[in-house]
Amino acid sequence: MSDATETAAVERNPISRAWRRASEIDPRYLIAFLITLVLVAAQLRYHMLGSYDRLVLTLAVCTATEALLSWFDRGKVVNLLSAYISGISLTLLLKPQGGALWPFALGGFLAISSKYVLQYRGNHLWNPTNFAISALLLAAPDRVSILSHQFGNDLTTNLVIWGFGLIIAARVGVVHITLTYAASFLLLNGARAAAFGQPMLPELAPITGPMYQLFVFFMITDPRTVVRGRRRQMVVAVLIALMETLIRFGSDEGWPLPTAFNAAPAILALATVGPIAKFLDLRRPRA
Amino acid sequence: MPHRPPPAVRRAIIALPFLAAILLAMRLDRGPIRSSSDSAHPGFVLRDETAAAGIHFVHHRPSFDPKIAGIEPHVAAVGASVSVADFDGDGKPDLYFTNSRFGEPNALYHNRGDGTFEEVAASAGLADLNRPGEGVSMGAIWGDIDNDGREDVLVYRYGYLALFRNIDGHHFEDITEKAGLRRWVNSNGAIWIDYDRDGLLDLYVTAYFRDVDLWHLTTTRIMHNSFEFATNGGKNLLFHNLGNGKFEDVTDKMGVGSTRWSLAAASADFNGDGWPDIYLANDYGPEELYLNDHGRRFVLTTAGLESESKSGMAVALGDAFNRGRLDAFVTNISERGYIFQNNNLRLNEMPEEKRFRNVSEGEIADAGWAWGAQFGDLNNDGANELFVANGFISADRTKSYWYAMSKIAGANNRLFEDAASWPPFGNASLSGYEPSRVYMNRGVAGWVDVAKQVGVTDLYDGRAVAMADLSNHGAMDVIVANQNQPAIVYRDFPDSANHWIAFNLVGTRSNRSAIGAEVVIESGDLVQRRVVDGGSGFASQNDRRPHFGLGSREWVDRVVIHWPSGTTQTLARPPIDGFVTVIEPRR
Repeated sequence: MSDATETAAVERNPISRAWRRASEIDPRYLIAFLITLVLVAAQLRYHMLGSYDRLVLTLAVCTATEALLSWFDRGKVVNLLSAYISGISLTLLLKPQGGALWPFALGGFLAISSKYVLQYRGNHLWNPTNFAISALLLAAPDRVSILSHQFGNDLTTNLVIWGFGLIIAARVGVVHITLTYAASFLLLNGARAAAFGQPMLPELAPITGPMYQLFVFFMITDPRTVVRGRRRQMVVAVLIALMETLIRFGSDEGWPLPTAFNAAPAILALATVGPIAKFLDLRRPRA
Repeated sequence: MPHRPPPAVRRAIIALPFLAAILLAMRLDRGPIRSSSDSAHPGFVLRDETAAAGIHFVHHRPSFDPKIAGIEPHVAAVGASVSVADFDGDGKPDLYFTNSRFGEPNALYHNRGDGTFEEVAASAGLADLNRPGEGVSMGAIWGDIDNDGREDVLVYRYGYLALFRNIDGHHFEDITEKAGLRRWVNSNGAIWIDYDRDGLLDLYVTAYFRDVDLWHLTTTRIMHNSFEFATNGGKNLLFHNLGNGKFEDVTDKMGVGSTRWSLAAASADFNGDGWPDIYLANDYGPEELYLNDHGRRFVLTTAGLESESKSGMAVALGDAFNRGRLDAFVTNISERGYIFQNNNLRLNEMPEEKRFRNVSEGEIADAGWAWGAQFGDLNNDGANELFVANGFISADRTKSYWYAMSKIAGANNRLFEDAASWPPFGNASLSGYEPSRVYMNRGVAGWVDVAKQVGVTDLYDGRAVAMADLSNHGAMDVIVANQNQPAIVYRDFPDSANHWIAFNLVGTRSNRSAIGAEVVIESGDLVQRRVVDGGSGFASQNDRRPHFGLGSREWVDRVVIHWPSGTTQTLARPPIDGFVTVIEPRR
């Protein structure tokens, strides 16, 4: 089959056509679509938000902070799509005490402003949502917790999110990070369970939970905070999984860790490993 | 921006509010700055007089099939209950505690009237109810099912229901089989409700686990299929009292067979249509409200309850802000850093808005792993306080199961539905050693926990809470049944300057116990409503005599009694600082 014939065949195939067109879209729009899908599914099926005021507040704070700080720092208002993604992520992930709204406001502000404060060579080091959640869990553990099981635990929801997530991650070009992390999680925690005589399934179970769905598709794969190079990205994903395994080992052994580490080991693993990797990456000369 | 500072300066400027936000989060973590003036003067004291009263009841938890031994502490963490009943009709409320281990007796404490109690369960025939093949007790509700003037009792178990007729005020006869109630239900709650207003108490039983025999399991796949939306629990049952000593299962006909792991139920006429409705607190799922359609059927309505799906443990009814409405307080689970499911204080807006509005915030939202709760005016100032029992499993203080729980709680349901998949519990604690909360009602200023100030300092794993005026002295004493631990009786000593009034209702066209009757008092600016309790909270039942604090008000203008029969009775200027006996008009 000639190249021209192949191209024509691809053009006739609607899936291929959609796939090709998707590659022309700014990745942030695909990610925004996915997170919106997660939000809508979670709300329609499980009434997960509880109330809409937290969504409105978080989005307002994130976008306003982004607009203000970008104008102040760069002299222009940047595209607000990443602020939108951070806002939705925070709304889904934060579970405060007593329906308090201040964690959403502070979380939104911390997420966006961290991009302007915690920089190295003009690049921010933390995924904004990851930073905000880690900071709130460490600073206010008596008032803030993280999404754990509010997605309902059923297989259909899992499959929908993982299905769309993997397709979009592939299109954005970060699916290798997701898959490397998932494989590393399973291998390392499986090995840990085997080594210490723990039941295997509970140690592998967390990755099927909702927090991890948001983690593997929206945090660890953040194009702005991953390192350069496919292989290095995979190595960092393994290191994050390794750090998480260490935290989980410490939790099992009763190490006196802050509760945030026990409640959200993946989030804290990324918050500790990710910026170091990014920092070292930024020190490397550009190719 | 014409004169922008250099990048380093710009970043420093942004860093200031950034650091301030982190510091603010740390400050807010410590909670609001309290005004100590109010909390220092709650106007009442609760004194632990358990030993002095001669109450030495200790609950023992059950033990189940070894196949679920890994999580037995979790599965077996219920069963401590307390219900109040004047079983001998001497005018003084008595107490019935259930036990939950084979061979361990339930206890019936007869109130001598001098501040002490005498345990008489064995002679009454209500002690030996925890036997292999029959099940173990989880709670009891009292009510006069045959309107003979003596309170009968239903004991719900993880096992067969057991109904006892009060023969002579001292002895009870097991009439379960005759009544057609010999059903295996793994139940943690039941209520009496005259849903069809025929003057006979009907029975609603909540079911937790589906009807498996927990001592002879054929499968370990017995757990919930979601942590927030589970629907695979046991089926709740409604039994219609036929009046000839028999009950008929009308669950499906009436449409109330929820399978949502119900832990507690309470009943009142929430929408003001004259028919008693049913409110359910469900574990692993949203609360449910079944509205009574003129006794013909119940209609499940969302009523704003669907959006905060949680772990409902108990439902207490009370007029939270003196609106003349019965509001619902539903307890839930909170654990710092892991989860804030938050207790719900749902204001009843059913008559106008057809919904409840959750106004829970601040201290009452997070009591810990909360169980039983009850409203009661502990200082007789005219506003209800809230007593909330807390704590799930107190074992090894150095080991917490929360981390293990966090692994499995977010997992796919096929995993945790199987009890054998759970991480073994060992001797770990899970939200153990938590104090009870006593929330003082400050109206619009919110609720403040005054437990320590008033003398409630125990760290037992509280389950059932009941309130009763044990000495007929115009105060709501608090009785707490603790899981696998001793029960406590807190005597209430309110500010003596405050007035009160209480009612002893006798139904004629309605059931004799007057269960379901709603009393509204009006005293100047004070309007308050109470319902005669057929079972509420968690595994508990309060004194059937509605008690109202009046503060400094020296009279009650009007009392309106809405009897379960539909009759409305009005009293003008009844005497205060005592019990008023009211007999329902026959016509």
